Amino acid sequence: MANKTILQAINEALDQTMENDENIIVYGEDVGYEGGVFRTTAGLQQKYGEERVFDTPIAEAAIVGSAVGMAVNGLKPVVEMQFSGFSLPAYNQIVTHVARFRNRSRGKYHLPMVIRMPYGGGVKALEHHSESLETLYAHIPGLKLVIPSTPYDAKGLMIAAINDPDPVVFMEPKRIYRAFKQEVPDEMYEVPIGKARVVKKGNDITIIAWGALVREVEKALEITPEVDAEVIDLRTISPIDYETIINSVKKTGRVLIVHEAVKSFGPGAEIISIINEKAFLYLEAAPRRLTGFDITVPLPKGEPYFIIEPKQIANEVKNIMAFKA
Amino acid sequence: MLFDNYDPLKEQMLQILDHNGKIVNDKLEPNIKKETLIKMYETMILGRTSDEKALQFQRQGRMLTYAPNIGQEAAQVGPMAALEPQDWLVLAFREFNAMLYKGVTLEQAFLYWYGNERGSKYDDDVKVLPINVPIGSQINHAAGVAYASKLKKLDEVSIVFIGDGGTSHGEFHEGMNFAATFELPMITVIQNNHYAISTPRRKATKAKTLAQKAIAYGIPGIQVDGNDPLAMYLVVKEARERAIKGLGPTLIEAVTYRIGPHTTSDNPKLYREDSEVEEWIKKDPIIRFKKYLIDKKIWTEKKDEELHEKTKKFVLDTFKHVEESGNVELEEIFNYTYEKMTPNLIEQMNNYKDYLAKEGENNGE
Repeated sequence: MANKTILQAINEALDQTMENDENIIVYGEDVGYEGGVFRTTAGLQQKYGEERVFDTPIAEAAIVGSAVGMAVNGLKPVVEMQFSGFSLPAYNQIVTHVARFRNRSRGKYHLPMVIRMPYGGGVKALEHHSESLETLYAHIPGLKLVIPSTPYDAKGLMIAAINDPDPVVFMEPKRIYRAFKQEVPDEMYEVPIGKARVVKKGNDITIIAWGALVREVEKALEITPEVDAEVIDLRTISPIDYETIINSVKKTGRVLIVHEAVKSFGPGAEIISIINEKAFLYLEAAPRRLTGFDITVPLPKGEPYFIIEPKQIANEVKNIMAFKA
Repeated sequence: MLFDNYDPLKEQMLQILDHNGKIVNDKLEPNIKKETLIKMYETMILGRTSDEKALQFQRQGRMLTYAPNIGQEAAQVGPMAALEPQDWLVLAFREFNAMLYKGVTLEQAFLYWYGNERGSKYDDDVKVLPINVPIGSQINHAAGVAYASKLKKLDEVSIVFIGDGGTSHGEFHEGMNFAATFELPMITVIQNNHYAISTPRRKATKAKTLAQKAIAYGIPGIQVDGNDPLAMYLVVKEARERAIKGLGPTLIEAVTYRIGPHTTSDNPKLYREDSEVEEWIKKDPIIRFKKYLIDKKIWTEKKDEELHEKTKKFVLDTFKHVEESGNVELEEIFNYTYEKMTPNLIEQMNNYKDYLAKEGENNGE
């Protein structure tokens, strides 16, 4: 057991699964020799060779499309989209093929593959480097969408994603790649896909978040000690663990969903719909969303307005708690 | 090497068997086993008959939208005959003959066009990927299959078909470049049937040939008479040898023609002259191949009649069987989204079952 960052935890998950199974291969733009622009795959090519860990031409459709063929022919590809904003040239492959091969062939073929993509803002980046595109992937039947928020979960979810018989889009909160360390077991373990994590139990309000925003929620609660909040880290956006959400809302009656993805038609809208369908009579206040604005993520000089800070979250929590029917 | 002798920039097209069924290039006549020649011919007749019947069924309201292959049989069967059983076939959607040659059953092939996903569940040992509708995207799949073959040092190649229209697509470029860069055992056959629905090839690219696109990828490209089964066989045979030796992919442009419509929803009279179609009917691959087989004393008119009779009956019987298969069960449309149904899917399915139990069957009307 040692203290590791999210980045190190993902690297370790890739390393240990590759060591265990020679059918696992890792590739994408700059992931081989350099080890990725964030160094998430550092050292893997040196250890496993250029056939299993390699750099590709800048061609996202080829990266994902070739992974389809590899998975059909017995490999387990783990491919990287350098940033989620650049996954869109591969979107055709992901939506029209990756998500559908099992159904299209009535189970003759299935695609055990992982599409990794750093996502989210807060790193003062150029255009297209800060997007939160959860909705684009969670909306597609046949895909799973996983987002870790801690080093422990990052390793366990990555191993579970690699072992999963279905394709998994694995979004990595790049803002907190190296933000903090946590004790991570040295051995291999899985964190189950499709199960949310109750970060903190409470009775007053349910706060649902994922990725980099889980920590921001925790910070917000430090400045609102008067509120006994239950915090849920969703971890898997799709398929969603509505059981954990509904059980919590039935207890608290109040809900705040925090995500950086833009508001309209975003994941928060889906979560609130589920709550309305399954826990309507338990609600004591209208469920609310604190999300990215419905705009293009601003460049760094405007980005601070877009990034959700703990004070904002605390403010929303207080508003919801103040509501009396 | 064959590929060095036919320069796509000079529009040099390989032909061995001309449209009269005469060998015009006897040094290159491939030595194909008698059984293989007969299997090639029988598959072409099965493909042609199936297309003709499917068009009829569609007009009778018994078949959904259908994309016929008439005129393109040699461009599909020639390549498949040159491959080995362990090789992979990656499809677009106008490769009915290639699928049949490779072991997809006629029932499965019809079932797909009849509107049932089970038609894409080929038998376990049939190494064929399902029909791929989004234009051009299958090249990358073939590259991936070939990457796995190479990594695992398997003695197998992937053949991938695409239309002339598909070569305009970005994924054609990405896939060809990927396969060439990693020297993958892949063979790309462009069925240049001259039309992307209504858009003629000349309006889709400034390039004189599609084969010359290979030059930019640093791989061999060759233009072949796609209605000549012997030329298509030979060129794929050599492409396979290169691939197995680790020399990488080959780009083959099969110059052919779509005698029928793009699909049954299309009216080709709107965008091409009958005289053009008539010129191509004279170049029919089946007519020339039959002459060749008869000249070789492998085939007779009598056998031909018997084959047509037998095939017609087989096609009619098979289609009847497909028609009797009916709709799929409700569970089936949910079952294959993931390995295990998610709680969400189970709930959606059960709610709908409850509705059906209360309100009776939903016929989608």
